[in-house]
Amino acid sequence: MTAEHVSTEHVTIEPTLRSRALGVVADWSSDQRSFKSASWGKAMMWIFLVSDTFVFSCFLISYMTVRMSTTVEWPHPSEIFALDIGGKKIPLILIAIMTFDLITSSGTMAMAVNFAYARQRKKAAILMLVTAFFGAAFVGMQAFEWSKLIHEGVRPWGNPFGAAQFGSSFFMITGFHGFHVSVGVIFLLLIARAVWRGDYDVGRRGFFTSRKGRYEIVEIMGLYWHFVDLVWVFIFAFFYLW
Amino acid sequence: MTDASVPQNVAPPPAEVEDVELYHAHSWITKYVFCQDAKVIAIQYAGTAITVGILALVLSWVIRLQLAFPGAIPFIDAQVYYQSVTMHGMIMVVYMLTAIFLGGFGNYLIPLMVGARDMVFPYVNMLSYWVYLIATLVLVASYFFPGGPTGAGWTLYPPQSILTGTPGHEWGIILMLASLILFIIGFTMGGLNYVVTVLQARTRGMTLMRMPLTVWGIFAAAVMALLAFPGLFVACVMLLLDRTLGTSFFVPSIVELGEHKEYVGGSPILFQHLFWFFGHPEVYIVALPAFGIVSDLISVHARKNIFGYRMMVWAIIAIGVLSMVVWGHHMYVSGMDPWFGFFFAVTTLAIAVPTALKVYNWVLTLWHADIHFTTPMLFALGFLVTFVNGGITGLYLGNVIVDVPLSATLFVVAHFHMVMGIAPVLVIFGAIYHWYPKITGRMMDERLGKIHFWITFLGAYAIFFPMHYLGVLGMPRRFYEMGETAFVPASATTLNIFITITALAVGFAQSIFFYNLFKSLKYGAPAGGNPWRAASLEWQTPETPPGHGNWGKQLPVVYRWPYGYSVPGAPEDYLPQNAPPVRGERSP
Repeated sequence: MTAEHVSTEHVTIEPTLRSRALGVVADWSSDQRSFKSASWGKAMMWIFLVSDTFVFSCFLISYMTVRMSTTVEWPHPSEIFALDIGGKKIPLILIAIMTFDLITSSGTMAMAVNFAYARQRKKAAILMLVTAFFGAAFVGMQAFEWSKLIHEGVRPWGNPFGAAQFGSSFFMITGFHGFHVSVGVIFLLLIARAVWRGDYDVGRRGFFTSRKGRYEIVEIMGLYWHFVDLVWVFIFAFFYLW
Repeated sequence: MTDASVPQNVAPPPAEVEDVELYHAHSWITKYVFCQDAKVIAIQYAGTAITVGILALVLSWVIRLQLAFPGAIPFIDAQVYYQSVTMHGMIMVVYMLTAIFLGGFGNYLIPLMVGARDMVFPYVNMLSYWVYLIATLVLVASYFFPGGPTGAGWTLYPPQSILTGTPGHEWGIILMLASLILFIIGFTMGGLNYVVTVLQARTRGMTLMRMPLTVWGIFAAAVMALLAFPGLFVACVMLLLDRTLGTSFFVPSIVELGEHKEYVGGSPILFQHLFWFFGHPEVYIVALPAFGIVSDLISVHARKNIFGYRMMVWAIIAIGVLSMVVWGHHMYVSGMDPWFGFFFAVTTLAIAVPTALKVYNWVLTLWHADIHFTTPMLFALGFLVTFVNGGITGLYLGNVIVDVPLSATLFVVAHFHMVMGIAPVLVIFGAIYHWYPKITGRMMDERLGKIHFWITFLGAYAIFFPMHYLGVLGMPRRFYEMGETAFVPASATTLNIFITITALAVGFAQSIFFYNLFKSLKYGAPAGGNPWRAASLEWQTPETPPGHGNWGKQLPVVYRWPYGYSVPGAPEDYLPQNAPPVRGERSP
């Protein structure tokens, strides 16, 4: 190749599938780290979420199995999860609001991550508080839904509408998910406080762990929060819509 | 793929992650009790596991005494017998073997073998142990509650496990389920640590394919545990709800003692699926660390590199993947679609391929090797024999038509004790004899160790080999007493008495091991840093026992694999992983 042919212009080379695959192989066969861009904390959260996915999958598959094994008819979700608003029964309205609420909280969480990395502490902290508020509102609406169903006679061991497994699965699965949301809210509040105070700038040490935190914790928190959101979509689809 | 123009022995790339800031314990409590150092946590884990393991050993004597001398010992009634069977099984599988391999050896060896200062999340690691301890205490506490521990069998199959008539249906089953849930939570905290440490915290030059097989085995087991324990977790939560709130996840409409229970429409088979989705990978969660450790023991004490290292790694991965899709072979007698039986039989038998590959590679490592018959080597060889024995009976039981008649007999007991009872326990002993010098700085007594080995190994054969015969005769397992049965000859009773007496003797003989363990702590010969002249990284620490942070000021740099034994031209007969390459040497 002669010199005239060499262009000095900037050329972007699109990675091919092959080069991407080779890149993954190179990362995995290298020393020190297999996921080159992931910190320890982020890798841990991802792997935890894989494990937690198996937990939720087992819950949902078990729910589908008992729905098939039971000999009694399954209650109609659209009738049971309906609210009387202005004299009209609107099916699934509360669930729609809850779903909208949780997805909105995922949006504010993503914005909080962005501002945390930009070191805009106050904005990040406020957005995390907003996320926590949406999360708490979700749990509150769930509590309302639970009390309404309990008032109508739905119990874990039986209900007046049909198969006993309806109540069992409902309380167990939404309860387990609500527990995840509640834990998320608590950690959101703790991390928001640390971000607001600037703990990660001054290197203040954690009360229990005696270790310094980093702004990355906001993103790790975000991973968990989006996961809880995603799981809700599956619960929504398999429990309420089916 | 290799580029000839790149020199093979370039130094490893610079550090990608800055050295971690260590947490320094300031008081005795934070140094030895609530300690965040993986090495201390490892010893806590192992100590707790061995303690409950001794309880399980005593329970096995109760079982054996009843089988050999039915009714002769006054306090062993049917209730005590079934409780002993249940607790023996659950403790050995979950609280002893899983905990000691992952919590004990995993914690001690992973950071040292991959060249890390500690686990990646030492605080979470500490919590893991304390949750495990609470789980163990909750389990043992069931002995002090009305009705005692559950006697449902370690599989805890509903509906029987939660109905009256089963021992411990009052509190035992509740505490058992609560304890398992706690164990899984604790294990998840530890398991995340093991996996992330292996993936993300290796030292410079430590590629995945330069890790000792011990680390590979523990790593694969930890990944599998994170994926399999959710099945047990969900099963426990749902069974707990069935028992306490009266939900009907697992219990169909049922009449008990003439009374129609409230339960309606549940699926008992669902519990079996969830349980065995955990239960089968669990076998390999125990076996894979044992495979890894035994590979290292054989290589070090035969002064030869492990044969087919890469194939050994891929076999571990293949076994791990396959073992997630074979759980149905525990349920052949539950009844299933013939096509499922076909599928599970095929996948089960397919596991024999990578497993046999590993066995061949161990044997080929020994071929023409300079075998030192040290105590760890004897235990490793003992493992090979018992494991092959148990593996071959596994091939019988993997076939549906052979399994169905044998499933409820002592043949199955003999099979799984050989393959996942005796074999891993022999590896645990071998590993303790092998790494004890690193952990304490002193050697264990070789003479006592050899006596311990021969009694344990021959004794284990004397106990479990005749059981195959009893099983083929049709002697059922789990039965409290046989009574008068036409198909069991009188000679079977004699054999049962022989097994029981051997079991008692072998059990008591373990005191030789414990005596050796504690005596050597003070009177053992000083070991030095590397008494076995081993190449892997944990033997190259600046201090023995390794200090806090493992590596002193500088993290080690790795240039080669951990099996550099009998290397031609090397100054000694081994090349440590962190020995810099000599001029012109191809980096292995």
